[in-house]
Amino acid sequence: MAHAKPLATLRSATGIPTGRLAVWWVLASEVVIFGGLLGVYLMHRIGHPEWADAAAHTQTWIGALNTFVLLTSSFTAVLAHQAAEKGNGKEAAKFLCFTILGAMTFLVVKSFEWYNEISHGYTITANTFWSFYYTAAGLHALHVIAGAIIMGVVAFDAFRGRELHRVELIGIYWHFVDVVWIFLFPLLYIAK
Amino acid sequence: MADTVVDVHQHEHAGHDGHHDPHWIVKYLWSTDHKIIAMQYLFTGMFMGIIGAYMAYVFRMQLAFPGISVPGFGQVSPGEYNSLITNHGSIMIFWVAMPVLIAAFGNYLIPLMIGADDMVFPRINRLSYQIFLVSAIILLASLFVEGGGFGGAWTSYPPLSAEGDYNQTNLGSSLWLLAVALEFVAFLLGGINFITTLMNSRAPGMKAYDIPMVLWMIVIASILFMLSVGPLIAGAVMLFFDQTINTGFYDPTRGGDPILWQHLFWFFGHPEVYVVLLPAIGITVDVIATFARKKIFGYKLVLYTAVATGVLSFFVWAHHQFIAGIDPRMANVFTITTLLISVPIAELLFVMIATLYGGSIRLTTPMLWALAFIAEFLIGGVTGIFLGASGADIYFHDTYFVLAHFHYTFFPIAIIGTFCGFTYWFPKMFGRMMNDTLGKIHFWGTIIPFNFIFIPLFVLGMGGQHRRIYNFQHFPELAGPEMYSLRQIATISLLIMLAFQAVFFFNMFWSWFKGEKAGKNPWKANTLEWTTESPPGHGNWPPDQMPVVYRGPYEYGHPDREEDYWPQHLPS
Repeated sequence: MAHAKPLATLRSATGIPTGRLAVWWVLASEVVIFGGLLGVYLMHRIGHPEWADAAAHTQTWIGALNTFVLLTSSFTAVLAHQAAEKGNGKEAAKFLCFTILGAMTFLVVKSFEWYNEISHGYTITANTFWSFYYTAAGLHALHVIAGAIIMGVVAFDAFRGRELHRVELIGIYWHFVDVVWIFLFPLLYIAK
Repeated sequence: MADTVVDVHQHEHAGHDGHHDPHWIVKYLWSTDHKIIAMQYLFTGMFMGIIGAYMAYVFRMQLAFPGISVPGFGQVSPGEYNSLITNHGSIMIFWVAMPVLIAAFGNYLIPLMIGADDMVFPRINRLSYQIFLVSAIILLASLFVEGGGFGGAWTSYPPLSAEGDYNQTNLGSSLWLLAVALEFVAFLLGGINFITTLMNSRAPGMKAYDIPMVLWMIVIASILFMLSVGPLIAGAVMLFFDQTINTGFYDPTRGGDPILWQHLFWFFGHPEVYVVLLPAIGITVDVIATFARKKIFGYKLVLYTAVATGVLSFFVWAHHQFIAGIDPRMANVFTITTLLISVPIAELLFVMIATLYGGSIRLTTPMLWALAFIAEFLIGGVTGIFLGASGADIYFHDTYFVLAHFHYTFFPIAIIGTFCGFTYWFPKMFGRMMNDTLGKIHFWGTIIPFNFIFIPLFVLGMGGQHRRIYNFQHFPELAGPEMYSLRQIATISLLIMLAFQAVFFFNMFWSWFKGEKAGKNPWKANTLEWTTESPPGHGNWPPDQMPVVYRGPYEYGHPDREEDYWPQHLPS
């Protein structure tokens, strides 16, 4: 059943479309969640130089590979937005599917990496560095999974030419997921 | 079906037709109408309030008459006592103050006061309530699991909250944490909706300074909540891992730090005080302007003061940790910021008093509540100065002085503020007037016992009575007859206050069905919600009569007009 949008949703007193405004507020709330977690991690890391020994066991090249995968998926999200701006829903859906593919690649790589680490005894309880490592990366991975699912819904609609403005909104969110990883990668992998 | 927006007027037929039961469920449990969702929040909040009050009754009886079999509960064991005080605090803040003051009033008032037909995201709004309901059910369920409900205080400090060996409530503490986390999710969803609606969906002509103060306050509170809760969500995930899979985030022997939780908790917990305070102040300001028939003294002053309070509230949290082992130099800084924040709050109270000055005051029930808010919150604020000063706090910390102080702030916020708003907007919500005599009986029956509960607790706190003691008979210096008589005064006053709430519930239900018809604008107020039917139908206004705004919300007693009020929607 079609849902009639209330007049409230269609108004725009600020001039910013309501959906975009809301996505920015969602991101504001997300920034403080990850900001809090990473701030705490940083303070602990400074107080515990011995964590460098644990951090030495993270695989920087796998992290780098995943960074590359995520950045590429953000690029296809931009292409999807461009297509949606032109009103080409099918093209937008295609590029969104590439982004979903990127998200899945990221998760597959991450699964192998974690499997490898856990089988070497570096579990979430091994020490507090590993606790932070799995908590921060796990929270980020949850956002990747959520983003991929939402993107699937948006792509499904976009393919039928519906709700094309949502392509931009999920793109904004996806860039945020990307940016969080840009912070996680140096903090968890590069800093030894 | 899920997307059906049910027409309130159509329900009149459906109600008589027994075969359309699903329709009834759809209307009240699956509706996306902001007014229905507001009612869901309001009544869930009231129900939780009754449970929270029942808990207070049980543990106050145990404290005043140790060891008696409490009528309606039985003997209170130490574990049950801990669980009762913990869940009383959690319920009153997270499941009463927030859903009623922010979610219920926010949902009801925002679209009506800005002249919109609904919130911008009605389905997210519905989801927000549903998550909230689940969180409430989980919390209540946690009281009945093996080992009993969580008993580590609403602040949930580790290691007590993290180690099952210490708290003895393995499942209860995890469920408590889960319930709080879900409640946060519900309010983040609701908050985004509130902020976006106020920013984007205002009626044509309504500029920033034409927005009624209560809406500003609810939205500033939503922003404060959103920006302060994030680190605690991260901290809650960490605590959850500590509880369930045995990580060591808060365990110093494994590289963690228990004080970390206190920082994360109070970085949220202190702004949270202002999250619930600001809507209550907004309600009070609006009610005072209406019943003093006077423009509020300094609209922009109130607005900017509230913003300043919000900003400052992020820099006071460590005053909860003066004796937790933080650096004394840091304690000095936080003493200064804490004393500073009393300046904007004092300013807000002065604005209310200045608004009263020279007004033609009508002492209706909502106005009495508004005046009581000023008087009682003042006591709460002033006693905060003692605790904010790090030197005095060394003595007062964790005594009943602290407890009495924050009840003198939270009671005016959550109870007085709620009754003030509820009695003021009742005619709009249900279309009928509340009985004023019964309202005043309930008012005095609540306010007088309230003071008799907490003033003795101030005295006991100054006498050194510690907060977290189950039975004072175990401590000879706290077991004297004069201390017991003060405790008994407090408990008996509580019983009297609870008994008077029956007057309120009788008045509410009686007025709901039998009260005098209210009409559109019984208080002769200016804001937009009073321009539509009481109660408003679906869509709030007929689509071709959506209001347009021409002036601010507080144009009372304008010299050029015959009437002493000038509604926002009338062209000049």
